[in-house]
Amino acid sequence: MSISAVPFVDALRCRECGHRFPVEALHVCDRCFGPLEVSYDYEAVRANVSRASIAAGPQTIWRYAALLPANAAGAVSLGAGCTPLVRADRLAAELGLGELWVKNDTVNPTGSFKDRVVSVALSKARELGFKVAACPSTGNLANSVAAHAASAGMRSVVFIPADLEPAKIAATAVYGGTLVAVDGTYDDVNRLCAELTDDHPDWAFVNVNVRTYYAEGSKTLAFETAEQLGWVAPDHVVAPVASGSQLTKIAKGFRELYEVGLLDEAPAVRVSGAQAAGCSPVATAFAAGADAIRPVRPDTIAKSLAIGNPADGWYALDEVRRSGGAVESVTDDEIRDGITLLARTEGIFAETAGGVTIATLAKLAAAGVVRRDERVVAYVTGNGLKTLDAIADRVAPTATIEPTRAAFAAAFPAEL
Amino acid sequence: MAVTVRIPTQLRQLAAGAGELAIDGSTVGEVLKGLDAAHPGFGERLFDEAGQLRRFVNVFLAEEDVRFLEGLDTPVTDGQTLSIVPAVAGG
Repeated sequence: MSISAVPFVDALRCRECGHRFPVEALHVCDRCFGPLEVSYDYEAVRANVSRASIAAGPQTIWRYAALLPANAAGAVSLGAGCTPLVRADRLAAELGLGELWVKNDTVNPTGSFKDRVVSVALSKARELGFKVAACPSTGNLANSVAAHAASAGMRSVVFIPADLEPAKIAATAVYGGTLVAVDGTYDDVNRLCAELTDDHPDWAFVNVNVRTYYAEGSKTLAFETAEQLGWVAPDHVVAPVASGSQLTKIAKGFRELYEVGLLDEAPAVRVSGAQAAGCSPVATAFAAGADAIRPVRPDTIAKSLAIGNPADGWYALDEVRRSGGAVESVTDDEIRDGITLLARTEGIFAETAGGVTIATLAKLAAAGVVRRDERVVAYVTGNGLKTLDAIADRVAPTATIEPTRAAFAAAFPAEL
Repeated sequence: MAVTVRIPTQLRQLAAGAGELAIDGSTVGEVLKGLDAAHPGFGERLFDEAGQLRRFVNVFLAEEDVRFLEGLDTPVTDGQTLSIVPAVAGG
């Protein structure tokens, strides 16, 4: 496979043992099975990138190409990124918080933050010569891979648990790729795909054999947040935890901005994680003070977070502990409350994962972990139209009436 | 009793490129130790200093994560398949 150089990437490096590897389709260290990470020449980035050069870039994640592992020219992009960072004063008032912001990543091209990671993964996959895009997915990733592959003229082969929400199935199948529904949990699907990479080394499984590159896309959640706040890092962020990759990369993103001179002060961001009680292996380990994360069998309405054996769970736990954050979990009813609370206070309709984030934020605020004197950012990463069933028993017309003034007056005798 | 051990791409150079090997043993731990005896190098890849499976190694017996069973003490029966799968995937 031909490899086109990316200016500022110097190698892949094992996060566990430090062994270095060439910039190829590798994701696991063959010595210790640890995850590989992209290593950048930060001095070169620092010399070539400024706040002004970023501001002159596109209104997508590719404005931060110097800290991404693929070339911006020729990137596979539907325009992900540069989503609103919304000042959430009404939600803050309900939760007793001060300066609260919501990163509204529900408005990405396919309705979730996955467009960021998929854009990076498939751009790199195409540079590496792959013609087929594949993934195991809890739904949002399926939507995004199928859509990006369609726009790039790549074949797609997407694997999902058969019991996914109907909207997520339709919003994948519509793009015309191959969609395989598997009788099993996401963890079963994930294991199957990890084995299929051995059988199909010419397929780019975005979150398996090109995961090293894919995961880097989540750093743009931190890059944008800092830029939108005027090139400062927040004091505390709350992010959902499924595999743990997104939270880990948000933390890395803030550190990198300082490393390359885009932040004046070293960031001291407290990082907190949000899980559903029905799938909370990382929250359980945090509460127990344990280092090992015991896999669980998920049972929650938050299917997009239903990963019982999180690949980056340990790293997420480490980021949370070192930064003085917390990992908390919330019940399915609290998740529904979180969705409706965010919608009625801020006009943002999130899917169940967003409900997990907001409900966890509420819980951490009530416990005094997230504080009133902190500048807080909550990451809301998927669109509510994808999980309508979750709130179907809570939302309905206020009244159903005949089309007459009398009927309206009868139904609403007082002011609304 | 022989079980079929599926070898991931990352470790196949230790087994002369084989994707599957037949190994004897009565538990998951015995089979994996037998694998190391037959093809030295597997042990240090799979086990940490304490003799436990490394954090980023998943082992599945008949499609079930052995951590949900009895771990390395899980009994195996003739003809079963044991898969070694890198944990770093998904999400």
